[in-house]
Amino acid sequence: MKRLILMIAALVSCFSMSVSAQDTMPPAPYAYRQLDDPALEAKAQDLMETLRCLKCQSQSIADSDAPMAGDMRHQVRLRIAAGESPDAIRGWLMERYGDYVSYKPEISASTWPLFAVPMILVLLAGVILLRRLRNST
Amino acid sequence: MNWRLWIPLALFAGFLALSAYQLNQPKDEFVESRMVGRQLPYFDLAPAMPNQPGLASAQFTDGTPRLLNVFASWCLPCIAEAPQLERLQREGAEIVGVAIRDRPADVARFLAQNGNPYSAIGSDDLSALQLELGSSGVPETFVIDGKGMIRYQHIGDIRAGDVPMLLGKLREARQ
Amino acid sequence: MIAEIGLAALWLAAALAALQLVAGALAVRGGAGSEIAALIRPAAVVQGALASVSFVMLLWVFAVTDLSVKLVAANSHSMKPMVFKLAGAWGNHEGSMLLWVTVMALAGGLIALVERRLPERTMHATLAAQGFVGLGFYAFLLLSSNPFERLALPAAEGMGLNPLLQDIGLAFHPPTLYFGYVGLSIAFSFAVGALITRQVTPEFARAMRPWVLGAWVFLTLGITAGSYWAYYELGWGGWWFWDPVENASLMPWLAATALLHSAGVLAARDALRAWTIMLGVVAFSMSMMGTFLVRSGILTSVHAFAVDPERGTFILALLALYIGGALLLFALRAGTISEGERFSVTSREGALVFNNVMLSAILAIVLMGTLYPLLTEAFDTRVSVGPPYFNPVGAIFVVPMLIVMAVGPLLRWRRDSFERIGREAALVAAIILAALVLVSIIGDVAILPLLSLALAAALAVGSLLPLKGRNLRLLPIATWGMVIAHFGIAVALFGMASERAFSKERLAAVMPGEAAQVGPWTVTLEAVEPVAGPNWTAIEGRMSARYRDGDPTTIAPQARSFWTPPQETTESALITRWNGQLYAVMGDQAAGGRWQVRLWWKPFVTFIWYGGMLVALGGVLALIGRVLSDLKRRSVTRRIAERKAETP
Repeated sequence: MKRLILMIAALVSCFSMSVSAQDTMPPAPYAYRQLDDPALEAKAQDLMETLRCLKCQSQSIADSDAPMAGDMRHQVRLRIAAGESPDAIRGWLMERYGDYVSYKPEISASTWPLFAVPMILVLLAGVILLRRLRNST
Repeated sequence: MNWRLWIPLALFAGFLALSAYQLNQPKDEFVESRMVGRQLPYFDLAPAMPNQPGLASAQFTDGTPRLLNVFASWCLPCIAEAPQLERLQREGAEIVGVAIRDRPADVARFLAQNGNPYSAIGSDDLSALQLELGSSGVPETFVIDGKGMIRYQHIGDIRAGDVPMLLGKLREARQ
Repeated sequence: MIAEIGLAALWLAAALAALQLVAGALAVRGGAGSEIAALIRPAAVVQGALASVSFVMLLWVFAVTDLSVKLVAANSHSMKPMVFKLAGAWGNHEGSMLLWVTVMALAGGLIALVERRLPERTMHATLAAQGFVGLGFYAFLLLSSNPFERLALPAAEGMGLNPLLQDIGLAFHPPTLYFGYVGLSIAFSFAVGALITRQVTPEFARAMRPWVLGAWVFLTLGITAGSYWAYYELGWGGWWFWDPVENASLMPWLAATALLHSAGVLAARDALRAWTIMLGVVAFSMSMMGTFLVRSGILTSVHAFAVDPERGTFILALLALYIGGALLLFALRAGTISEGERFSVTSREGALVFNNVMLSAILAIVLMGTLYPLLTEAFDTRVSVGPPYFNPVGAIFVVPMLIVMAVGPLLRWRRDSFERIGREAALVAAIILAALVLVSIIGDVAILPLLSLALAAALAVGSLLPLKGRNLRLLPIATWGMVIAHFGIAVALFGMASERAFSKERLAAVMPGEAAQVGPWTVTLEAVEPVAGPNWTAIEGRMSARYRDGDPTTIAPQARSFWTPPQETTESALITRWNGQLYAVMGDQAAGGRWQVRLWWKPFVTFIWYGGMLVALGGVLALIGRVLSDLKRRSVTRRIAERKAETP
């Protein structure tokens, strides 16, 4: 029975932005406020879409109502406004949370296959097509 | 026999092995901080409640190892770990707190109900220090040595069984 | 009593699946007399009937809310509206697995009833395979997920009165995908049957094709609906997240799309034999793997699901048995199946082979990207793979595929030349170039949306070119299907690119009475009022939205707080115009009596889902066309046979 309740709870939670204990503080100033300069805001938005919300199940901080995601958006917007580059901000977070925080894998000891495999696939596709099409007619 | 025809089966066997292994692994949702082994970042937090000092990185370089406990009054596991923090304090650990996204009145009420093991509590309204520490939730507890270096991160609430381990980490940090 | 009938029918159906397997295996080995072989088809038909009985009984106990049945007590409630009582039957693990085997058994029964083109031995092998696969899922149901389990004491009331779950989309979206997943089991069984008897013929492809088409239509609809649901429900305007659960539905679709086209080549030209077999195995394998990944909970997803490692182990064992078995058979047998007819590079087959290879590469990328975090976790490193990976890496293969797709249908079978379609190819190239230049002039658009806009324009025109110079009234229905499906891809691609390139976002904190601008819209927050629902209260923002100088339309997005269980959701409000959607979300109260509102103007975003529906419509037309021409062919052969019999 307990398992069934868990199941229902799990199913319900797919609707929820935020479950259970929640703070009552107002969101960070730049959690729900855009930067005045549209170019900077666009830069911040592009970056936020590629950063993972640490408290949620596979959502970017740009798609989440979790307070911590709001605090991260605040940090991103402030840093962009202060002139930091998106890559530097991503680096700052990755220094603290590792590759997990970024949806944009960068080539490293733990991610190189993600880049090797597409290259192998390109070669493989080329070889398959060449062989198949040369053998033909 | 054409060896290439066996590739799909080999790949699938790899998938099976991986899945079978992962199915039997406890699923941990923790994101470990990469700051362990590194110096505390600079911070200077205002007091989280009246009558208790705030928290600044400068306080960590006096040679005393400390536990830095990230908590909040709205966090349920924090209530669960409160007795263990008190026990740690009785055993001689110095504990400082960081209250995440919290109001002074709520912090005061929380400590009045659950005990106050903290020698200082900083207020982190924007999760700024939390992000600096690479912490991804509440509660979390960091072991900081006397030179301000982060030596260990404990994720989640402290259970009774974790107390000797944390005391051990503090002793290690003393050396 | 009803539940016991359901359970008994399920056991009997399982026994018949076993009979189907044993009799089929004996018949294929030739060790059986005709009596045993004669059992196979009836066994499949009766199995389908019994599984249906079982499912109907489950619907029954849900309809009457029999609270002595554990599943009903856990998932239903006497006060629910009837449609949600019935939907509750499959809105849980056990019920959905029963739906899964029922669809599988019905499909198996149907091929046993109607499929007469294939050699009888291949049919025996196919039905044996279908019985074998079914048997595993019956075992899963009966041994670890019995939907008819009784409670020792009937519950006083059910626990399933959660209005959150009473959502018509949520009720019908999963079964739609299921029909797709399970429909592919027929392709799988045909592939295994053909491997066993080594009879891979155009007839085999023709027999398989309607099933692949049907499954593909359901998958297309399921993915389209799921994407719109996420867009509407999650409150941030995103419509695809490359989330594991989404990928789990996309992978079978990619495999089925490739299979559809290679089966077309096999049916028309007797080429690509081993390749088609492989895809037949892969497509259903992707369905099962997707189900495993979603159900076992080894991947985390935004669309949370019931998680149970014990059941995960069972499904994994089934995967090992079926996919492993089929791939082993493939490795042993495929070498003895010749590739069939040859064709030239510049031919319809050539283009289809190219796109098949591209689709397979995309499938490989999605599969690897989905599983990769699982792999690194085994080495204690956590990584995230998301849109910034899938989009550009996928594009490496999607872009060439779309280009070939725009001109491929113009090529003739077997042998053709670029000179013959030179003018059309030049037209497509010119459109791509023109669109690239035009869009670059209009605005600062990132490379991927820019390429997508250009390719969408070229594909929209290219997909209609096969109609040129043809008598539209005489055009085969299946050709219409292809044209519409390809055009639908162009439409969807245009929607995706436009959403990416031209969306406007506005986060504002406004006082009641104040207005905010987003793109061409002026949205005024008229009033903020509390609204009470059955188990929630909401803050409703009444807004009047005006497009340029048009008349204002009133919308009312809500921020809802539920108390059982406590959680907050956003109910977005949409205004749909022909050229896009206004998407409004109500946020929290901000300082000084202001309210947070989130507004988006998403030009042509609806084209994503219109396109998806067109693709599905194309699939339906192709299916109708194929079935009609099969029927016609059958009646012609019968008439010829009759005439032969008449003339002595």
